[in-house]
Amino acid sequence: MKRRTVLMGGAAATLSLSMGARAVLAQEGPLKVGFIYVGPVGDGGWTYQHDVGRLEMVEAIGADKVETVFQESVPEGPDAERAITQMVLGGAKLIFTTSFGYMDPTINVAAKFPDVKFEHATGYKRADNVSTYDSRFYEGRAVIGTIAGRMTKSNKIGYIGSFPIPEVIQGINSSFLHAKKVNPAVELSVVWAFTWFDPAKEADAAKALIDQGVDVIIQHTDSTAPHAEAQKTPGVITFGQASDMSAFAPSPRVASIIDNWGPYYTKRVQAVLDGSWKSEGTWGGMKDGHVLIGPITEAVPAEVKAEAEKMIADITAGTYHPFTGPINKQDGSVWLADGVVATDEELSGLNFYVEGIVGDIPS
Amino acid sequence: MLGGIDPFILIASLIAASVPILLAALGEAVVERAGVLNLGVEGMMIMGAVTGFMVSVATGSPLLGFLAAMAGAMALSLIFAFLTQVMLANQVASGLALTLFGLGFSSLLGQGYVGVKPPLTTAVPFGPLADLPVIGEILFSHDWITYLSLALVGLVWFVLNRTRTGLILRAVGENAEAAHGLGYKVRRIRLLAILFGAALAGLGGAYISLVRVPQWTDGITAGAGWIALAIVVFASWRPLRVLAGAWLFGGLTVLQLNLQAAGSGIPVEYLSMAPYLITIIVLVLISSGKGRALDAPAALGQNFHASR
Amino acid sequence: MLRLEKRPAPSRFWLWAAPIVAVLCTMVAGGLMFAALGKNPIEALRTIFWEPLFGELAWYFRGQLLLKAGPLVLIAIGLAMGYRAGIWNIGAEGQYIIGAVVGASVGLAFYPAEHWFIFPLAILAGALGGMTWGLIPAILRVKFRTNEILVSLMLVYVAQTILAMAALGFLRNPEGNNFPGSRNLSQYPATANPELISGTGLHWGVVTALIVVLLGWLILSRHRFGFEIRLAGQAPRAARFAGVNPDRMVLICLGLSGALAGLAGIFEVTGPSGIISPDFNVGYGFTAIIVAFLGRLHPVGILLAGLLMALTYIGGEYAATNLGLPSAAVQAFQGMLLFFLLALDVFGNYRLRFGSGRAV
Repeated sequence: MKRRTVLMGGAAATLSLSMGARAVLAQEGPLKVGFIYVGPVGDGGWTYQHDVGRLEMVEAIGADKVETVFQESVPEGPDAERAITQMVLGGAKLIFTTSFGYMDPTINVAAKFPDVKFEHATGYKRADNVSTYDSRFYEGRAVIGTIAGRMTKSNKIGYIGSFPIPEVIQGINSSFLHAKKVNPAVELSVVWAFTWFDPAKEADAAKALIDQGVDVIIQHTDSTAPHAEAQKTPGVITFGQASDMSAFAPSPRVASIIDNWGPYYTKRVQAVLDGSWKSEGTWGGMKDGHVLIGPITEAVPAEVKAEAEKMIADITAGTYHPFTGPINKQDGSVWLADGVVATDEELSGLNFYVEGIVGDIPS
Repeated sequence: MLGGIDPFILIASLIAASVPILLAALGEAVVERAGVLNLGVEGMMIMGAVTGFMVSVATGSPLLGFLAAMAGAMALSLIFAFLTQVMLANQVASGLALTLFGLGFSSLLGQGYVGVKPPLTTAVPFGPLADLPVIGEILFSHDWITYLSLALVGLVWFVLNRTRTGLILRAVGENAEAAHGLGYKVRRIRLLAILFGAALAGLGGAYISLVRVPQWTDGITAGAGWIALAIVVFASWRPLRVLAGAWLFGGLTVLQLNLQAAGSGIPVEYLSMAPYLITIIVLVLISSGKGRALDAPAALGQNFHASR
Repeated sequence: MLRLEKRPAPSRFWLWAAPIVAVLCTMVAGGLMFAALGKNPIEALRTIFWEPLFGELAWYFRGQLLLKAGPLVLIAIGLAMGYRAGIWNIGAEGQYIIGAVVGASVGLAFYPAEHWFIFPLAILAGALGGMTWGLIPAILRVKFRTNEILVSLMLVYVAQTILAMAALGFLRNPEGNNFPGSRNLSQYPATANPELISGTGLHWGVVTALIVVLLGWLILSRHRFGFEIRLAGQAPRAARFAGVNPDRMVLICLGLSGALAGLAGIFEVTGPSGIISPDFNVGYGFTAIIVAFLGRLHPVGILLAGLLMALTYIGGEYAATNLGLPSAAVQAFQGMLLFFLLALDVFGNYRLRFGSGRAV
């Protein structure tokens, strides 16, 4: 309440100044850091993991040095712009906007408040006070693809896609390439859900895949519904997405890809406290701790588990890149020649399937 | 085009997928036959979904969960009944308000339940059968509510068409003034119809959160209540056609996903809009050539106030 | 027992008192709900209702109120015309989407050219797009007697799929790294719909909404068409005798409300939103139905109701960040507001009597 009164006086005194100048007065004491979430904190997936990262960051930095605010379920669009602005006006000095759709709103607000720093997840637009950050989820997909290829008995793997964007296409290609590497007979069916989070739809999609004889389901949507559906059919396995989803371990969930934002949030908040924050783009992978593979359960045979763990070690050590040639495009033309590694630029705009995947990417 | 899809599995899936919309639509058909248009089906379904989930998690009993779902949805519908039957408020607006409130309130109630896995018994009303690794029995366990919903279709048909109760209900929906003149308690009958509709909507909602998905998240019914409303009109307020409509709708949704999974070349976008377009086309087909719009209950949506 | 007795003439007192009493009742009930959630109810209510208007950040929020209320009012006025005539368009959400998609397609077709006429052309296209989408249920009703409530609702889902197709396909930004979403129309000068006065939230859509409020009021109170609308709604048979063509009424009302929803959509996408994305629509079309009723289908009432609704949104968000109030609580709160208003509305036409009439 105290600071609010101070704020009010400050705002009144500077009423004629630009919006940017107004917020400067707002802060004393701990650094105020804001988070804009696209879903409810309790979604158990994407937003939940960002919130876990926020709490880890507070733990690491210390509650005396940093204070956080967040707003959940912020629609992407004009409402996001207001939510971000409101946080700035409330005194936040660093704001993480944690969904792709916040890209333009973040850039717009950042232009008005040059003294406030912004971090936008999964986007590609940067400014002097806007950084971007993302994770190399495809590294985790390579590990999961390997397990999937080894575990399938029907040689049919199902993939529940969210939206046909590069991140998801990287994941589909990476999973398929590595499943195929250990099991050349493997086939992949993709079902597009056109949602990131809709349990009923995801359950239906999982059911359709199982009806088609799929016995391994990889999901790129965030609810646990596909696991619950898979549980109804013995022999079907699944992988946790975004968070560990350990409620479904040891089976059907046999492993998971975990989004781990804590280390990044801690690093960036510390940088602001130190005054060393710079605008940059971070695309962190396993070696940065951005992507973790959750516990591989006993449902996976020991030798497969060892194989997966070796791949984790290789990717973490930087000795293996999941997109290393020879890799052909779906039409049979050469994408990466023998030994050539895909560039980040190619990956971040990826819009085609690799050879062997049937079907078209919706457009 | 349909290569690789087993029609029997598809039929089994569509029957399961259509249970929630079937229940909700069946209930709403009765409500509308009594002359009341309750657009709050979505709100009642989600209240059923959350109360059913909470109670079954707390007690470990799916039966209690489903009963609680009916009670929760009925409690919510009392607000609608009070507004429209006592305060004579506009039914369209009251129904929409009910949906808005139901979506928000269910989310508040369910806050501690996100990510909670309902005990396996909740998905399996016959006991710990889910632990048995036999597909047939797991399918059988689904059928408890499914069979109930099918029995209810027959029951509603029978009551509406073959009993005095049904006659009175329809009279109230066709001409409330006349029914009142004959000494029937119009508002009491409508109240009971609203409660019956709510109970079925709640049951349908709980089927989603306890059997089909099974978990709780905000907005888990994802528009099923609106689909149910469409089915009622599609079915021209007849119970057996409600069943056909629910299967058609459920079937198209399931077929759409199965076609994708089977790798058919049909673009996804057209598949996703197909159920809605086909519903519109069917609406046109069944309504054209009839004098009165779709044989709708004549007093649908009109409030009744006894002036004498 | 209590019973209702019809008033000989509608009460002017309750016409004004009902919304105020409804807001007060909602505050009490909402306060209890907030208290049950472990929040200080006074603090929560103050944050929702007072802060955005008179708090320390009011200079920012007041503009945002207009921004949020604009599309709601624009859509609700069109809906109210139809509702008065007994024509139930509940698919404004779809008309809003199609207006935005069609308008944006026309605007972006010129990219990157700069001509003065692009913006007006895009706006016109948006209105026509929304109108076309609204006319589908109208024509089906006129030709085949299908129920416009259901058809307009089904078309929302179809529109949503078309929106996804646009965002992922034909409108996708070629420079957008294959992410869904169109080019930003508010950053393309030829289609931009910026704030006319910085910080006020006033853009062409809000201006149009205010003009439509005025026009709507004039039509309903002064024009023959307004009379026909009221007649068609209150006494359909009498309307027929008075020469009102019911089919024409359906076409006009649905076409008009579709056009206004389409306008709201194109103003939103060229202004505050900027981008056609799969989640472009945030439910304005459905909320506008509530606004129309809150404003008791009267243009001025709708203006006030739109502002009140916007206030609960913005105040609710503010309470969410500052007090940790769940966003669902605000939704429930809005539902309560409508409940109370609908319940109290009855006193405009009826009075409460004690003693036993004939039991009903």
